[in-house]
Amino acid sequence: MAEGVLAIAEQMDGVFKKAAIEAVSEGKRIAKNLGTTLTALVMGSNIEEMAKDLAKYGADRIVIADDPLLKNFLVDIYTDTAAQIVESEHPAVIITGATSIGKDLCARLSARLDAALATDCVAIQIQKDQCRITRPMYGGKILADVVLEGFPKIIGIRPNAMGISESPAEGIMERFTPKIREGAMKFVEKTMDTGKVELTEADVIVSGGRGMGGPDFKIIEELASALGGAVGASRSAVDEGWRPHSDQVGQTGKTVSPNLYIACGISGAIQHLAGMSSSKVIVAINKDPDAPIFSKADYGIVGDLFEVIPAITAEIKKNRG
Amino acid sequence: MEIIVLLKRVPATESMIGVADDGKSIKTDDLKWVVNPYDEFAVEEALRIKQTHGGTVTVLSVGPDKTAESIRTALAMGADKGILINDPVTVNCDSLGTARVLAATIKALPYDLIISGMRAVDDDNYQVGPAVAEYLGIPHISMVIKEEISDGNIRCHRTVEGGTFVVEASLPALFTTQRGLNEPRYASLPGIMKAKKKPLEIKTLADIGLSTDDTGNPKTSIVGMKFPPERAGGKIIEGENAGAKAASLVKALVEEARIL
Repeated sequence: MAEGVLAIAEQMDGVFKKAAIEAVSEGKRIAKNLGTTLTALVMGSNIEEMAKDLAKYGADRIVIADDPLLKNFLVDIYTDTAAQIVESEHPAVIITGATSIGKDLCARLSARLDAALATDCVAIQIQKDQCRITRPMYGGKILADVVLEGFPKIIGIRPNAMGISESPAEGIMERFTPKIREGAMKFVEKTMDTGKVELTEADVIVSGGRGMGGPDFKIIEELASALGGAVGASRSAVDEGWRPHSDQVGQTGKTVSPNLYIACGISGAIQHLAGMSSSKVIVAINKDPDAPIFSKADYGIVGDLFEVIPAITAEIKKNRG
Repeated sequence: MEIIVLLKRVPATESMIGVADDGKSIKTDDLKWVVNPYDEFAVEEALRIKQTHGGTVTVLSVGPDKTAESIRTALAMGADKGILINDPVTVNCDSLGTARVLAATIKALPYDLIISGMRAVDDDNYQVGPAVAEYLGIPHISMVIKEEISDGNIRCHRTVEGGTFVVEASLPALFTTQRGLNEPRYASLPGIMKAKKKPLEIKTLADIGLSTDDTGNPKTSIVGMKFPPERAGGKIIEGENAGAKAASLVKALVEEARIL
């Protein structure tokens, strides 16, 4: 009989992803509703110490698969490991953060386990016999209610969409030794932008569009930095080669839901609006008073962004003393 | 190099999406349909790989009659042949069901490399590519922005939040495309003319040796669709100059929105 909730907590180089903590927090809420326990799973190498932290967010048990082969994410052996743990634990629900790695792992795992999968979920309702989730489709233009059948059910939660809550639990540590060996895949290397705030995890995003007029995003970067946020871009700014693809917000880029989204010189194409309209507060700055972006913004400033943005940056610095 | 590209026909991203009367599907009248943009990257990359390594590019899709038009678009770009699995049973498939149909079709074909979009921009599931690889028992690499093939191996740069990984897999393998991989070419007029004569096979589930039971009962079903909460246009902040506007904005964010 499938029972219990298994939260897969993603880490890289000994640091949990924010989405991992969100998944454990949400997993605890689901477990409480179902009257069952939450088991957290951490895969990696030398992760025992860090894994203990998950007790704080409600993990009744913490299972670690600690193996040098799991040092870096490789979808084949991570799937093998997760599948072996599922076979021994028989969870009713598996929950994880729908990051790039989370999505990759869940997709393969769902096929391996023949399990229902819903990714990027923004709301979850689970009772004993029914599991109904809400997730965006069409790049955020539509919210779909989806019913998942069978066991286990795999739920990927959209990063930044659900909160983190502390709920101390016992966190009994258990070690799981997966039967894995090096397979058809090999990890070569990774390159990370250190110190850069990731768009999908950012609390504040300042985005620039065609109105920037060129690749100089200094005023955007300064405002983002004053707010401790990340820099985004519209598709036109990316297509012009002013910003990297990884900065693109919209239906064919990233869907984001920060607390504050500041759109600068972005007119508001439907694809862009779909990608950012779940932000909590939206500010638009544009010289065209008829730009569609103003219809989605909580606050709008009509004006020259090269004057307005530095003035906002200065005001924020003054405010923070 | 035998390359298979998985392709889906989707509503163009500039489309307004409406909810149909049943409350759980979208209105399809007046929609403009296109090749999923991520699958266009897949077709383009397949053509570039073929240019270097030789071989054939086969485009495979599951869908209704109209999907043939999207396959023709890929043939006009330069792909060699198309296969469309067109069977009313597949309408009810979820992503795993679709992946089973695709994998069963591929099993009967020669292949070294399969390329698919990392997601389709309609249901945004990110599931079909990896699931096909799992059913075929081959490795997959997701969200690829650069690839290199040599000595029976593929080396890919894949995106993760805040960076990239370089990962290798032995062929046959599947990879999924991420924006940044390439700029897809437009079909040329001669390409469009040639595409009309290129082979496009249309098959049913029975033709590929699957019964209705083999596609599996869908484990996920959409029971409702709604629009995200409508955002009312807010306040336009007035002021004598940029400085005054900026001050009012920051005041509003602190005191009214309580966000700073």
